Amino acid sequence: MRASTDAYLALLGKDLRVELRTLRSLPAMALFAVTTFVIFRFALDRTDLEGGLAAGVLVTTLLFAAILAINRLFVTERDEGGFELIRLSPIDRTVLFAAKSSALFIYLCALELVAVPVFTLFFLDSGAAMAPLIPVLLLANAGLAVTGTLISTIATMSTARDLLAPLILLPLLVPLVIAASGASEPLLRAGGPEYEDFGRWLGVLGLYDSVFALVGYAVFDFLLED
Amino acid sequence: MRAPSLRTLALLTVVTLAAGYGLAFFWAPLDTEGFIQKIFYLHVPLAIVALVGFMAAAVLSILHLRSGDPKWDARSYVAIHMSVIFGTAVLLTGALWAKGQWGVWWEWDEPTLVSFLIVFLLYATYYPLRYAIEDRDRQGRYASVFAITAGAFVPLNFMAVRLAEPLIHPRTFASGGGLPGDMLVAFLVCLVGTALLWVTLVRFELGAKAAKADLGKIRRALAPSDSLAPSRGRSIAP
Repeated sequence: MRASTDAYLALLGKDLRVELRTLRSLPAMALFAVTTFVIFRFALDRTDLEGGLAAGVLVTTLLFAAILAINRLFVTERDEGGFELIRLSPIDRTVLFAAKSSALFIYLCALELVAVPVFTLFFLDSGAAMAPLIPVLLLANAGLAVTGTLISTIATMSTARDLLAPLILLPLLVPLVIAASGASEPLLRAGGPEYEDFGRWLGVLGLYDSVFALVGYAVFDFLLED
Repeated sequence: MRAPSLRTLALLTVVTLAAGYGLAFFWAPLDTEGFIQKIFYLHVPLAIVALVGFMAAAVLSILHLRSGDPKWDARSYVAIHMSVIFGTAVLLTGALWAKGQWGVWWEWDEPTLVSFLIVFLLYATYYPLRYAIEDRDRQGRYASVFAITAGAFVPLNFMAVRLAEPLIHPRTFASGGGLPGDMLVAFLVCLVGTALLWVTLVRFELGAKAAKADLGKIRRALAPSDSLAPSRGRSIAP
């Protein structure tokens, strides 16, 4: 147990240090999100959004920005032989799954620290929805992190890398998008946040997260076997 | 117990399906929806069998990962393949039914059909996934991981899509339970027939693949030169 925790912290620390030093994913994700908001401004020809439309624009943008990070998640492992080292070291392989999903979760939270205030500034009348959005986004990030890590591992090992991850992920994430938009829609209404079915949607998000965390935990070993 | 031969299975399928559709068309009463409702005896069994097939593929994949025996991978692959074909038929018959009943080819308010489309789109990515991995063992293992993940996704997706419906939306057709007796009997016979059709086709496909593999072995044994050397990295995928 102790060894697993140490390995987990070492792997997570390594990923975060690499990201801080090279800044390969985060700035690109933030830039992508802001540009997508601008695209939506002109594509929808709207200067302010509310309700379902606002929730849709926010969730879709975050989802596509997340795919950028998911595509890059295992690039260093693949190029620099990290997978072989993990296989050689006497640790539980699931530790890699936990460390990578935690890293992805942290990237997504960092992305939202930029993207959500920009979204509020661009499209909303007030920042009242920002606080209640936090639990929704945290649960959605957890779901994105576990499914993203699982599919990213599969895609990294294939010849169709960057193509395969979004192709498999998008249908897999539909329940997450339904629940995240369902929870955010009343929060983003023009008259101020409302909490219609809030608990129910958070429950769906939590269920999604736990199901795919368990599936990932159960099958991840087989992805690293060789 | 020995499994019935393919010929017995095929005959049984033809008889059951003929009986089922005969009952559906000539015996089951005409519903208030009119004649278009008869498509129910084709559409709903296909959908149920396709979904059960997807779940069965997940179970076969678990067996594959646990045992490492490629035969389970082949079964899982064929099960998904057949369910995707059945799924195409489900979407087509669903569109026909929607056109007949509501006058539109697609109806977003019908959560079962929408959920089915999402499941279908997910399983459609099974093929690009398989073909994108060259190493045979790894291909099988990754395909099994996908099948298990997707199997867990199916019930979750149906729940989420159903919750996304406004609760006041009228349920146009309750599934199964609300049927009058005559219709239920015809429906169940159709369901069994469709399930038998699925099993027959899966068995047929597996048999064809095994025969093709044997033929390849014989060819290689007979060919003196390396002109017919086994192509590396090929798998059960065609």
